[in-house]
Amino acid sequence: MAGLIVAKQTVAVDLGGIRLPHPVVAASGCVGTGRDIPSLVDVHRLGGVVTKSLTFAPNRGGPTPRAAESASGLITATGLQNPGVESFVAEDLPRLVKANVPLFASVTGTTVEEYIRVAGALHRQPGIVALEVYLSAPDDERGGEPFYARPERIAEVVGGVSRLSTIPVFVKLPPLLPDLVEVARQCIRLGAQGLTLIDAAPGLAVDADRLRSELAAPVGGLSGPAIKPIALAAVYRVANVLPRVPIMGVGGIRTGEDAVEFLLAGAWAVQVGTAILVDPAAPVEIARGIVAYLREKGIASPADLRGRLRVREAAPEAPA
Amino acid sequence: MKRVRAEVLNARRVGAYHSITIVAPDVAERVRPGQFLSIGMPGERAFLLRRQFSIHQASRRGGWAGTLEFIVDPRGAGTSWLAEVKAHQFLDVIGPLGTAFAYPRKLNACLLIAEGHGAAPIYFLGQELRTRGKRVDMILGAETQDHVFKPIEGKRLSQTISIVTDDGSLGDQGDVLDVLPSVLERTGAQVVYAAARRPTLRAIADACLERQIPAQMAVEERMACGTGMCFTCTVPVIRKDGSGFDHLRACVDGPVFNPARILWDRWMGDEPRVSATPPEGFPVVRTWPG
Repeated sequence: MAGLIVAKQTVAVDLGGIRLPHPVVAASGCVGTGRDIPSLVDVHRLGGVVTKSLTFAPNRGGPTPRAAESASGLITATGLQNPGVESFVAEDLPRLVKANVPLFASVTGTTVEEYIRVAGALHRQPGIVALEVYLSAPDDERGGEPFYARPERIAEVVGGVSRLSTIPVFVKLPPLLPDLVEVARQCIRLGAQGLTLIDAAPGLAVDADRLRSELAAPVGGLSGPAIKPIALAAVYRVANVLPRVPIMGVGGIRTGEDAVEFLLAGAWAVQVGTAILVDPAAPVEIARGIVAYLREKGIASPADLRGRLRVREAAPEAPA
Repeated sequence: MKRVRAEVLNARRVGAYHSITIVAPDVAERVRPGQFLSIGMPGERAFLLRRQFSIHQASRRGGWAGTLEFIVDPRGAGTSWLAEVKAHQFLDVIGPLGTAFAYPRKLNACLLIAEGHGAAPIYFLGQELRTRGKRVDMILGAETQDHVFKPIEGKRLSQTISIVTDDGSLGDQGDVLDVLPSVLERTGAQVVYAAARRPTLRAIADACLERQIPAQMAVEERMACGTGMCFTCTVPVIRKDGSGFDHLRACVDGPVFNPARILWDRWMGDEPRVSATPPEGFPVVRTWPG
């Protein structure tokens, strides 16, 4: 579909060969699986959609409570509920493809082998432009710790998926890795072509009245405005070291201005998650907000904003 | 579902609750008892998630045509904000959402059970059942007198009504489950509808299964979005053929469920008495007779 063109501005972006009509993409897990996205979300006007994270077999997810509101945020732990790759391809993918919007398929699993099988089932599907590797799933072969907890497991997953895939692979990284920049570099060395920064931050909600955790999990992922500064810092630090790697920035974006902040920090595009749950029209509004900002500042395109954040001279990278 | 910017016509206290009436003709036209609305919160606050409310009344004809009324129980940040809303303010409303209660075709004696603000959708249901010539009996339970929702309305709709409060300030002292067996017996209830706290719903479900009485329940589960996108509001429900269970979204496949198919142990966080999917499958339970 044609990008939004307003006066002299165009908001189409190129993510290393993947063309998005505008830089606002729906984040994984926030528009369902695809077969029943509410009509209030205008899917064909999105810049892209990242699917719910898919495992090979259907996964019914974990027990409730799965969500707790937190100050300016949301903590969730759905536990990988998804219909499985076969059902996704049969029921969800056709509807997503019909919307004619770039699709990123989120790949996950509980073993390295499963990641590779899921990637194998998706990379040749028409309509899917890239894979996004989700690393916060529990690693069955390492006692259920998340895959991101061990650099060698990240390497096995990212290397395996990247070697197999004929389409670009983006890796979604969580925020609080002690050596985020090095892990990001390693992912690119292993064949990933892009990065999604960041995944939700580990968060715990406590019900003091009943002396128990609010979520069944009990630790979930914190998303929303509360993590925006953390996400911005992650984008900034990685983009500085890897300026030629496409980065999708995500974490607490609610307005066009929030999105611009990520572009200035070094993102090539942004994803919006929690904001869609709150306001199904958010992604389109955010795209409009970016256009308004570009017009106001007399800037031609989002790419012209990228990494243009001005910082004080000669500041060495802050210690992690 | 539709999304509308709805003007508040009326906002007033009703006992411990707040009743809000909004103008929303597109939504009011379609809504049925059991369904709910998702209301957006103000933009610049630390509480950002939409809040969901069962619909209490929908006016489709006459002077108040196109209005919806819902009840707010102000216990947290979002509900407290809503309790302060005034006439002529506007609310960001999505609805109608979710599944509705089904009306029985042949069965006649309906027992409606509500705790606290659960009475709001239950009264809506009661009106529709009465319009269809069904017999309606009620049990209303609440902490205290102020938390019994519109008791006069309940009396008006029912052939018989039992009101129970924890402190005995209205009706008898006790809770719904204390009077349930005798009411089931006395009224000859053929169908049960309930909106109550989870442990109460579970006990009602057991009582209905024991007596082979078909039932429908409006459940409450935390919803981060209310519109089917986030998969946080799921309920474990046995498949119709007993071949296993699924986590169904209470906002899309509910909030009205057949309690005979809910896996209560799992949903309540108890150690499940039955393994994930027993080799022989789950017992096939009678679905809604219609």
